[in-house]
Amino acid sequence: MLRTRVIPCLQLLDESLVKTVRFKKPGYIGDFVNTVRIFNELEVDELCFLSIRATQKGEQPNFEILSQIASECFMPLSYGGGIKDFETASRIFKMGFEKIVLNSVVFEKPELVTQLAEHFGSQSVIVSIDYKKDFFGRINMYSHGGTKKQKGDLLEFVKQMESLGAGELLLTSIDQEGTWQGYDLGTLKELSESIDIPVIVNGGAGDLRHFQHAIGNGASALGVGSMVVYQSKGMGVLVNFPDRNSLLNTLQ
Amino acid sequence: MITIVDYGMGNLGSIYNMFVKKIKVECEITADLDKIKSAKKLLLPGVGAFDKAMQRISEGGLRDALELKVLKEKTPILGICLGMQLLTKGSDEGKLLGLGWIDAYTHRFSFEKGERLKVPHMGWNEVSFSQESLLTDGINKLVASPDKPRFYFVHSYYVKVNNQSNSILKTSYGHEFDSAIQKDNIYGAQFHPEKSHKFGVQLFKNFAEL
Repeated sequence: MLRTRVIPCLQLLDESLVKTVRFKKPGYIGDFVNTVRIFNELEVDELCFLSIRATQKGEQPNFEILSQIASECFMPLSYGGGIKDFETASRIFKMGFEKIVLNSVVFEKPELVTQLAEHFGSQSVIVSIDYKKDFFGRINMYSHGGTKKQKGDLLEFVKQMESLGAGELLLTSIDQEGTWQGYDLGTLKELSESIDIPVIVNGGAGDLRHFQHAIGNGASALGVGSMVVYQSKGMGVLVNFPDRNSLLNTLQ
Repeated sequence: MITIVDYGMGNLGSIYNMFVKKIKVECEITADLDKIKSAKKLLLPGVGAFDKAMQRISEGGLRDALELKVLKEKTPILGICLGMQLLTKGSDEGKLLGLGWIDAYTHRFSFEKGERLKVPHMGWNEVSFSQESLLTDGINKLVASPDKPRFYFVHSYYVKVNNQSNSILKTSYGHEFDSAIQKDNIYGAQFHPEKSHKFGVQLFKNFAEL
């Protein structure tokens, strides 16, 4: 039986692992490489690294850290943050990452999705969309670490990304992120019913019930953050991962 | 020494890292025919399209060099993902014939209506053992029952052997398919051992020790 993937989405800021709440207030979790080692030992399904201020600061990905991670972690690895061109993406693939995550750049250069998909295969291109709802419940997309509002309709945009060659959608609700209150299921359901590519739902996971809700609403994979770096809500740092038996029971 | 055949298909960084940094076995990535001809163990990776891969292999004498090594000298070879599919007679994905070293064919996933499984088959999936093989030795001991050994898969096409004696692992996605195959010195794995934690380490270790 193929289980739904559970993917720690780890936030990189300078050389630290941090955790935000609604994309703000990055709290220090630990040294990035050392923390990733713990996830590797826990044999998690897959790891996603997101450099959360790279685009805003105009920084290149930290190739040294990425290379160190790729030589130690033998599992599916994806990276996003500051990727603006084909060459940067190629360099990250070459290190042993098999997926790259594109966010801000897809609003400016959507053709990069196609270029990368044609060269490396759709399965290696994740398009990441961050969104939040306004006072009237209307959905707005954001780029640049949640700071720049983008025009356009979420569903139409996601369909366009699929047709350009995106292999997966990382869908993050800024409103839910870091809150432990569960995923935004309505948006997940609407999108997963309208597109064929897998949806990695992200933002808000607090316990295993939230996993079940997301699977019931069409998620192919589950992004997790706070619940795998803190003991529990409001408590101290503890890198952890649900044990295999509870995952097997939850995800069947 | 493991010789990874670099014919421009796929990223070889993590395969190299797993052999060199984790298993501590010497490894080279090369397109040089002389190096390939003197290889002790060959690894045929591959991510991408079937026909493009067969074209690359057929160019510049690579196919002749591989056939000399694998069919005449019986050098062990392990095909991974698309590299395994190339060992078969052909694929629904392409028009060109495969290497045809193993009596098998590569089919496109298609599911009966209502199942709606996503293609590519992407993620961790369990394997069951069709028969014993040196390549998979010890892998079942890495987990405690009822947990089963698992590997990481990313593929849209699957291999089905015509002769069950060539199947060593099976996996189910909508239906059963052959996730690892073998004929004498020729091995194939549909999943990515280099992305499969201790399960992949054990399989690569077995291959290095053949």
